[in-house]
Amino acid sequence: MKAVKFLQYLINGISIGSVYAIIALGYTMVYGIARMLNFAHGDVIMVGAYASYCVTSYLGLPAPVGVLVAAVVCTLLGILIEGLAYKPLRGVPSLAVLITAIGVSYFLQNAAQLIFGSAPKNFKSIVTMKPLVLFNGGLTITGEVIVTVLACVVIMIGLTLFTGKTKMGKSMRAVSEDRDAAQLMGINVNRTISITFAIGSALAAIAGVLLCSTVPTLMPTTGSMPGIRAFTAAVFGGIGSIPGAMLGGILLGVIETFSKAYLSTQFSDAIVFLVLIVILLVKPAGLLGKNVQEKV
Amino acid sequence: MKLKQYVSRHRSNLVIYGVVILGFILMQSLSSAKLLSSSVQGYLVPICAYIVLAISLNLVVGISGELSLGHAGFMGVGAFTGIVVATLLKTVIANKVLLLVVSMLCGGVLAGLFGIIIGLPVMRLRGDYLAIVTLAFGEILKNLINNMYIGQDVNGVHFAIGTEKPVLAEGGSMIINGPMGATGVTKLASFPVGFALILLTLFIVLNLINSKEGRAIKAVRDNRIAAESVGINVTAFRLKAFVVAAFLAGMAGALFGLNFSSLTASKFNFNTSINILVFVVLGGMGNILGSIISATVLYVLPEALRGLADFRMILYAIVLILVMLFTWSPKVKELRSVVSAKVSGLFHKKEVGADE
Repeated sequence: MKAVKFLQYLINGISIGSVYAIIALGYTMVYGIARMLNFAHGDVIMVGAYASYCVTSYLGLPAPVGVLVAAVVCTLLGILIEGLAYKPLRGVPSLAVLITAIGVSYFLQNAAQLIFGSAPKNFKSIVTMKPLVLFNGGLTITGEVIVTVLACVVIMIGLTLFTGKTKMGKSMRAVSEDRDAAQLMGINVNRTISITFAIGSALAAIAGVLLCSTVPTLMPTTGSMPGIRAFTAAVFGGIGSIPGAMLGGILLGVIETFSKAYLSTQFSDAIVFLVLIVILLVKPAGLLGKNVQEKV
Repeated sequence: MKLKQYVSRHRSNLVIYGVVILGFILMQSLSSAKLLSSSVQGYLVPICAYIVLAISLNLVVGISGELSLGHAGFMGVGAFTGIVVATLLKTVIANKVLLLVVSMLCGGVLAGLFGIIIGLPVMRLRGDYLAIVTLAFGEILKNLINNMYIGQDVNGVHFAIGTEKPVLAEGGSMIINGPMGATGVTKLASFPVGFALILLTLFIVLNLINSKEGRAIKAVRDNRIAAESVGINVTAFRLKAFVVAAFLAGMAGALFGLNFSSLTASKFNFNTSINILVFVVLGGMGNILGSIISATVLYVLPEALRGLADFRMILYAIVLILVMLFTWSPKVKELRSVVSAKVSGLFHKKEVGADE
């Protein structure tokens, strides 16, 4: 029975970790290419969830349409934010951009509060699949878990192919390696950065819908804590590295669930962050990050 | 002659002291003339606390060049230490001001100790990794305080951390009650003490900046490798700035905590750290006077916009974004220099002509 329980926690951990991983991908891609910590990313998740909520609950359209609309809305929002708030600040110290991102984050949260109010909305799960019950009810795998993990795997494979095989993906890698050299080779850096924001925001929308399907409350602040967690996951795996974000996200989810189950519910936050600190002290560039030696 | 030399060398510092003292005299006389509304009166101590927090974070972010995202954690340590000490020593020290000062010092020292504990490992890291670890420590401190119980009864002080509340004898009371935080705190904080704390902070930070240590810290910020190669102990100097900042944040936290009758640990979360960082960046990194002004203005701004109700935080966000764009965007900078050249051209036509 204990082994089954363990398996149950592991599966739940991987599920929540998959959501973190999808969010962390957005963080890590934007960081790798634009060298900025986009603290508004968590709030894009929230916007995506609201968009899907509007489509499915107010208009009564089916769930896949909701996901699609959320992805489109967030993609446009990502491009808009980047163009209005971040593009004018290209090349200035990263802290200035960070504060602008915080401004954008405040703006999105308060705009959502103004439109939808601060009372939590009841988000209807997009998954209608019946839960999978194994071991005479000892192990329950909900439809949400299956969909989340599948989505995560598909996104991972898709992104690996995209960055490895397509022209756009290659230019993204080139820009993240050396922006000036990429520009000299004729890569349109501004467009590459815009597209990175678009992809990251679309992923955030999907993560938002998946997150709210698992935890069915939606508030203007829904995105901020998962956002911080995902940021942690991205650093954990080595910020700028796409497989690192995946690994970091899933590990973080598993550690969180296990520490809640076996150690302490109250101190799960402290435990998660403690593990992060220990890992960073042993591997200062994260699990899969490259430790670049400074040259004089 | 000597005085003149001193003044010319320390002009910018004297201006900072002057501005602060003038501000204090103005507010104090307005307040004693009963010209301030009670809500404005209530802002005075928090503003003092935030000014100190902004200056101390500026020491880390602006002078030492490390991005710290956990400053509110030190503030929280200071606040709750201050509350506990003030409650325990209430019967020993009768003088309110003395009690406040002692509590603040204890808050500062404990926060400073945490600064050493956190700083030692953190200072191995750099850049965004350092930022995330300070964020993590801030969250850990908040999480611990949120699950801490300290109570007092006839048998002495009881302390517990975790799920089990200590059982108190009859007549005992909880000072810190886990997630409910501290309630029934005696409000000790006063504006003059807050002002004195700002002066102390300025004295410590400005002296540090202008000392040999300060120059070493700035050298490390500007070029770590060059600084290391001339024999500066990089880690020691970064740590020194970090611990001093933690100590000051703890004192400010104690002042802040003793200004309200109740306080929960969730006040000292990531958002508060970010708010202090916003004060520092908007005021100008490394610019102490800028920190003072922006902490005051940005604390008052959302309160002043209260009349706009729901729109005020949106407006605050827009102002924040626009200010950042206006001060940093290369295009706007260019535009500004063109405009200022035109304006000065109106007054100094000859000089511009001579340049050409």
